[in-house]
Amino acid sequence: MSEQIHDVRLHVNGSVHEVRVPARRLLSDALRHDCGLTGTHVGCEHGVCGACTVLVDGAPMRSCLMLAVSAVDAEITTVEGLTEVDGTPQGRLSPVQQAFSDCHGLQCGFCTPGFLTTITAGLEENPDPTEDEAREMIAGNLCRCTGYQNIVKSVLRAAEIKQERA
Amino acid sequence: MTTKLFGTKVARVEDQRFLRGQGRYVDDLLHDDPRLLHAAVLRSPHAHARITDIDVADVLDVEGVVAVWTHDDLTDAMAEPLPLLIPHPTLTHGRTQYALAKDEVNYVGEAIAFVVAVDRYVAEDAVARIRVSYEHLEPVVGIDAARAAKRLVHDDVPGNVGARMEQENGDARAAIADAPHTLVLDLDIERSACTPMEGRGTVARWDPDTSRLTVWSSTQTSTGVRGCVAAKLGLDLAKVDVITPDVGGGFGVKVVHPWPEELLVPLAAKTLGRPVKFTEDRREHFISSAHERAQQHHVEVGFDDDGRVLGLNVEFWHDHGAYTPYGLIVPIITSTQLLGPYKPLNYRVVFESLYTNTVIVTPYRGAGRPQGCFVMERTMDAIAAYLGKDRTEVRSTNFIQPDEFPYEHGLIFQDGRELTYDSGDYPASLEKLKALVGWDEFEDFRAEMAAQGRRVGIGLACYVEGTGVGPYEGAHVHVETSGKVKVATGLTTQGQGHQTAFAQIVADTLGVRFEDVEITTGDTRKMPYAVGTFASRAAVMSGSAIHLAALRAKEKALRIAAEALEAAEEDLEIVDGVVSVRGTDTSIDLGTVAVLSNPLRYAFDEASKAATQFSVGDPGKPPVAEDDEPGLEGKDFYSPPRSTFANGMHAVIVETDPDTAEITILKYAVVHDCGHLINPMIVEGQIHGGVAQGVGGALYERMAYDESGQLLNASFMDFLMPYASEVPTSIDIDHLETPSPLNPLGIKGAGEAGVIPSAAVFAAAIEDAEGFPITAMPISPSELYALRLTHADPEETP
Repeated sequence: MSEQIHDVRLHVNGSVHEVRVPARRLLSDALRHDCGLTGTHVGCEHGVCGACTVLVDGAPMRSCLMLAVSAVDAEITTVEGLTEVDGTPQGRLSPVQQAFSDCHGLQCGFCTPGFLTTITAGLEENPDPTEDEAREMIAGNLCRCTGYQNIVKSVLRAAEIKQERA
Repeated sequence: MTTKLFGTKVARVEDQRFLRGQGRYVDDLLHDDPRLLHAAVLRSPHAHARITDIDVADVLDVEGVVAVWTHDDLTDAMAEPLPLLIPHPTLTHGRTQYALAKDEVNYVGEAIAFVVAVDRYVAEDAVARIRVSYEHLEPVVGIDAARAAKRLVHDDVPGNVGARMEQENGDARAAIADAPHTLVLDLDIERSACTPMEGRGTVARWDPDTSRLTVWSSTQTSTGVRGCVAAKLGLDLAKVDVITPDVGGGFGVKVVHPWPEELLVPLAAKTLGRPVKFTEDRREHFISSAHERAQQHHVEVGFDDDGRVLGLNVEFWHDHGAYTPYGLIVPIITSTQLLGPYKPLNYRVVFESLYTNTVIVTPYRGAGRPQGCFVMERTMDAIAAYLGKDRTEVRSTNFIQPDEFPYEHGLIFQDGRELTYDSGDYPASLEKLKALVGWDEFEDFRAEMAAQGRRVGIGLACYVEGTGVGPYEGAHVHVETSGKVKVATGLTTQGQGHQTAFAQIVADTLGVRFEDVEITTGDTRKMPYAVGTFASRAAVMSGSAIHLAALRAKEKALRIAAEALEAAEEDLEIVDGVVSVRGTDTSIDLGTVAVLSNPLRYAFDEASKAATQFSVGDPGKPPVAEDDEPGLEGKDFYSPPRSTFANGMHAVIVETDPDTAEITILKYAVVHDCGHLINPMIVEGQIHGGVAQGVGGALYERMAYDESGQLLNASFMDFLMPYASEVPTSIDIDHLETPSPLNPLGIKGAGEAGVIPSAAVFAAAIEDAEGFPITAMPISPSELYALRLTHADPEETP
């Protein structure tokens, strides 16, 4: 019993990754294990927790519900690709990342990448959310540490930082 | 002068790597090692069965499979049952499982076979090809079935009773018999679980060149894992290193050790000579890690006209699942911490810890306290209702008063020490809570809402939490010649911000810049003696140890600097890493002092060159004095006489929908006293998380086992963990800081507090809204609706 292997070209964070994967390889596993981008986390593998959320052509998608072979033509952004180029080796934290740091929006950090990508896309769609809209924006992602209080604050703070930097 | 960092909201240093996707959790490790193998586990699909045959013949035909283990393949200590970590004299029938089931399985999810393959997909393919023959046995599911004992989980455990324990202070039954008023309550709490976002995971690598085993595990105790891996694999302790990388939440479940996989992964790595990884998936976490909470209580209370409790007699039954690896910690905590801030004149508690054919029960954030708090607070509310008194008044009548500390309850706590509260000010906390939630104004609000056809209720609940249990933690502080300060403590971190909070302590105590301090936790190579992160103990235990170790390093720095600067020690101060003679320009960098502390002075860096201008040491004596050692380091351990007791009170206002029975949170208020706060931002974050977990436990989460022992909701689709849409939109927090006299920093633990009073406070508020008793939690809208029908006035029912 040997599986058919596919040569797949993934476009992730502006780089091309040539990976050889079986058809059943989840995008989350391909990103983590084949591309070495372990910032994307896997919390449930059934699309409920949102930890594995990445941006696929700018839209938040659960990478555990996508196959790597189905992502060939897409531009994928993971948490590693959120930082802004500012001449430093590390890059500058994006408005959403900075807001999480400012507002204590994370504790163990495991669910955080999924929130960061979700909110990054959410603020593109709604750059100036109300508190209720901020809560709605993150209402599909699970966090077991923060009780969401400071994540809601982070969304609002991120919108502010984004405007300050614009 | 350096600003004091203790007590301030310092931003977390660990966030930088987490926000950039550079955290390193256990499943992230060795991902680019082409030799890495992956494990999958065959788990029992039956709650109770005898294994008559295991056929693995088809497995090795699967391309990419490297090895498979069943119990028959295990030898020596690996073939023996897993350790019973915390024995207790009353645990007369303790039982633990095997790393891989031998002859019998006792819960759905119990490990039977362990497959190692080139990737997890292939390993799971192979697991599906293993054929096991079972002889089915009737399962025991739930406390009622366990108590009825028509069937037994273990043939040699009569009545399914693992332990029976009784404690009494005074004569509770006589006091109740003589009391002016008595009440009887029967109360229930269902199962829930920690469910951290990251499940369990272990990676191991055997290095044949040095004959050393390195194990990385997502654990709350790396030293504990190290000890059992060494013992089970027959290795010298010195040959095993255990490192806890970043951990994606624990909440108690990861204190259990060794998990079967925590032994099988190192065994496979050593046997195969290749690194091996096991990463638990979500279903596995539900069915094969651990749960908590399920208890049934029968309460008899006798009280006077003021509501003063004269006698309290509590019997309860605790469901501990199929095995007892963690002993009786949870029910012992329930039985003692049930007392909360109160002082019943006579108290008796007796519990039975029962076997069921379900996954094991071990501490989950709060660890038995949420149940105890629920029972005590329901009792207080029942007394108030009976006497027609305000609920806060009955509580005040029973409070231990501030001048009564230390307060001895006359019972033995979970750590085997006297249950003695160290400090607290419960009346002050209650006043703060009443103001914060608007207790005295609530009746106006209720009337206002009623006028709109809306139904609201208010509840409060008080708790006391023993935190910072011993026996000890240690710390090592090393000032490098660069002036950088490297600190190690052995307990682990799973999101509490230890790298920040502990660095705050070091910066203050030693007099160095916060940025120059780096904290390492959970690495047995750096600190082989440690206990672990549980029982809200990290800040108290390691915080104190780090403070003491930093003091030792400071002592030595001052001694050497005094000699170098030809000044008296008492005239020196250390600020931002520079030792100077107060009020003068004479100074020396701490890094240079570190150079001077080592007689071997190779000039590798600027500090070493700078050191050449100073002279220390007596040329007539050995370069390292008899009572000294080279290096600018400090090491110390903190071991308290007993736990320190934090406390708090929560209040909630809920609205219940008259038609749908939906329960909405309108206001949530917390008054919290954990002594001095190291970092108020982190403490509030802990409270937020605890409250959210409590909301889940009170209104949404439960483990739905059917009568055959199948867990019906073993996924995030069906186990309803709260999203942002289910938690309070804001949590009002007020702090009281009653320092602990038991440790040098006056701190108490804070990690578990937020979750303890949840079931109690929601039951109280819903009861207040609805006007009938709430005796079982969690409660769903459909259950509340059913209760309305039960309590409906027959004359009003059409």
